[in-house]
Amino acid sequence: MSETVLDISQVSKRFGATLANDTISLSLERGEIIALLGENGAGKTTLMSMLFGHYTPDSGHISVMGRVLPPGRPKAAIRAGIGMVHQHFSLAPNLSVLENVMTGTESLWRPWSDRAKGRARLMEISARFGLKVSPDARLGDLSVGEQQRVEILKALYNDAKILVLDEPTAVLTNVEAEHMFGNLKDMARQGLSIIFISHKLDEVMATADRIVVLRGGRVVAERRAVETSKAELAGLMVGREVKRPLREPATPGAVVLEAKAVTLREGGVERLKAVDFHLRAGEVLGIIGVSGNGQAALARLTGGLARRSAGEITLFGQPVGDLSVREVVGAGIGRIPEDRNHDGVIGEMAIWENGVLERLPEFTRGGLVDRKAGMEFARRIIEGFDVRGGTPASRIRLLSGGNMQKLILGRNLIEHPKILIAAQPARGLDEGAVAAVHERILAARRAGTAVLLISEDLDEVMALADRIQAITGGRLSPPVRPEGINARQLGLMMAGEWGAAEHAV
Amino acid sequence: MSDILDILASAGLWAAVLRIATPLIFATLGALLCERAGVLNLGIEGIMTFGAMIGWFAVWNGADLWTGLFVAALSGMVFGALHAALTVTLGLSQHVSGLGVTLFASSFSYYLFRLLVPVEGTPPKIIPFQPLHIPVLSDLPFLGQAVFTQTAPTWLAIVLALALAFTLFRTPLGLAIRMTGENPHAAESQGINPMVIRYGAVIAGSALMAMGGAFLTLSAFDSFIPTMVQGRGWICIALVVFASWRPGRALAGALLFAFFDAFQLRLQTVMGGALPYQLFLMVPFVLSILALAVMARRARVPQALMQPYRRGER
Repeated sequence: MSETVLDISQVSKRFGATLANDTISLSLERGEIIALLGENGAGKTTLMSMLFGHYTPDSGHISVMGRVLPPGRPKAAIRAGIGMVHQHFSLAPNLSVLENVMTGTESLWRPWSDRAKGRARLMEISARFGLKVSPDARLGDLSVGEQQRVEILKALYNDAKILVLDEPTAVLTNVEAEHMFGNLKDMARQGLSIIFISHKLDEVMATADRIVVLRGGRVVAERRAVETSKAELAGLMVGREVKRPLREPATPGAVVLEAKAVTLREGGVERLKAVDFHLRAGEVLGIIGVSGNGQAALARLTGGLARRSAGEITLFGQPVGDLSVREVVGAGIGRIPEDRNHDGVIGEMAIWENGVLERLPEFTRGGLVDRKAGMEFARRIIEGFDVRGGTPASRIRLLSGGNMQKLILGRNLIEHPKILIAAQPARGLDEGAVAAVHERILAARRAGTAVLLISEDLDEVMALADRIQAITGGRLSPPVRPEGINARQLGLMMAGEWGAAEHAV
Repeated sequence: MSDILDILASAGLWAAVLRIATPLIFATLGALLCERAGVLNLGIEGIMTFGAMIGWFAVWNGADLWTGLFVAALSGMVFGALHAALTVTLGLSQHVSGLGVTLFASSFSYYLFRLLVPVEGTPPKIIPFQPLHIPVLSDLPFLGQAVFTQTAPTWLAIVLALALAFTLFRTPLGLAIRMTGENPHAAESQGINPMVIRYGAVIAGSALMAMGGAFLTLSAFDSFIPTMVQGRGWICIALVVFASWRPGRALAGALLFAFFDAFQLRLQTVMGGALPYQLFLMVPFVLSILALAVMARRARVPQALMQPYRRGER
């Protein structure tokens, strides 16, 4: 028997000239999981912010369990049983798990806090939904996946009947994401209703009962998961056929970068253990693996940020010892860092400043930064790489993830580097942006750039790489060709079973 | 060596430690409360000076001593409200606003003092708090002289340290304050208004600072001298870090600093001939820096300290 718990009816919201939500209607039943699918900027987050009372709708209304929700009041939303798990967690790293969960749940004028009761309730909820936590752990010591669990528990502690998750997997590793979706399904079976926002087709198909596709602020389609396909959803979401580009055959040139038995030890831990690889001009070498197995160390090593402990690195046939960042940039090695917000850009600085930072000497005249040349350089990147949403002078923080990534790509590729180190280049991007990034990487390959692609996305590596090596526990498998191998075998390689790599090339 | 042992064995030293520590305890607790809610309050030095002046002035005009202390606390609340308006409502730089409050409050207290009190050869005096005689305890040998000869505000300061510790770590309000200092957005999403919490913490904390200042004129001494706070406010800012933002440790830190200070005063009298006295004056500060370097390295700073909170912005 179905029972409607949430009814969003004809809701619209306008920000200045843009209609962020255009008469959207949506209903959710008890025990149901809905995915809200759409590109960045489709209006998903706006809709959920109105549900949670952060924004007031211009028209339309929202009712929960048959009662109209007063607009613009987060407290009323919490009391009505709506729990929100934001993409950027609302948690305090220095407080304990229990403290994070209990904040604001008791009257502020109570003379003391009933921790024993809070703890018992948290443990009861944790056991009921299979969300394991230790209540006294300091939040900042937990992994990102565990922190998200605390966010979910916080909502459940507030008696949430409807759980809203905004891009829950954006910050998780694949393993953590699978675990989280397993938990969500369990919770739905116990009568909780769930809405999650996503632009990832795989997770939407695997988890949701019903999928609501948003585009340009409107609901463009609603499908039951069993009645649709990834291809159809991709088309609905983008509004046109999106095809990820495919690699055409090519003949690689000379070896430009080679590592022989390189070991990297940091803080007493061997991040890389005697790894061997070589990279040829005009080819893509894919390094696949579950994150945390040495990818970051490999990117730092090749990007000039770490020093090897043993082994030999050869660049264009010459042994080079340790590389400094300046030498790396000077040698024509472009780098796309894994965490673009943290290592890729400086959010508060202008686009042009971010564009020229790593090649500042080229944009210096008489000891002063040549602002005009820098702006011109940024303009070339913006035009050449289709960066939308900003001018050379606007702060880079204001760009969407996809456009920021295009800018980073442009900054590296515009000068035709000989080598490109790309770490998780498409992570967190929507379908359209992923295709654009892949297209650029393949274009660089055609132009003779050697690309080291470090990724945990199987589809991405299969589509782009000429050769694939798996990384596990800091060790690299021998390389294999993507033609002779399937996803399951690659999965085994990522788990350390290198038998599949017997067709090594 | 035997000189040093003599100093340590004298009841006078230990009585002085508690006396010197009292204004530091008040003001450190005040600064700590502000910072736990995410607001650095560098107005402390000026607020203490003003509290010392206005509390003394009230008593000089015929108010009783407790009323004087209360008036000082009220003046602190006014300056706290000013600092909060600048940093919380307007979101201005907490450093700049705090230093501004200090400059303003220090000068203003001197100005008012000159305006209200006739210029005489020696500054006018009041009758300050007298040591509180506690039955039995004050009559104990040694301990009675060393510990139980303090005035009532000293005991109040120690009780306040315990009360603040309880409030911060055992009550829902304390949790709300700490959450606001760590992540005001999280506090807001749980139905707490971070603006109100910050205002409340800054106003209450500034009241404590002013009470610390007033202790100087109402208990430790009996008249007001414009420069008498002498950087105690800045010591308290350092003590908050030393204490890792915990009231119990703030109490311990204030006592430790006061011990160094009381000790060097007595050391001057026995060894003063051999060394310039400025060296002795440096001792508490040098030792404080050392203690700070050792203790504060693993301190966990409130994550939202010095970050203005604006609704809806991340």
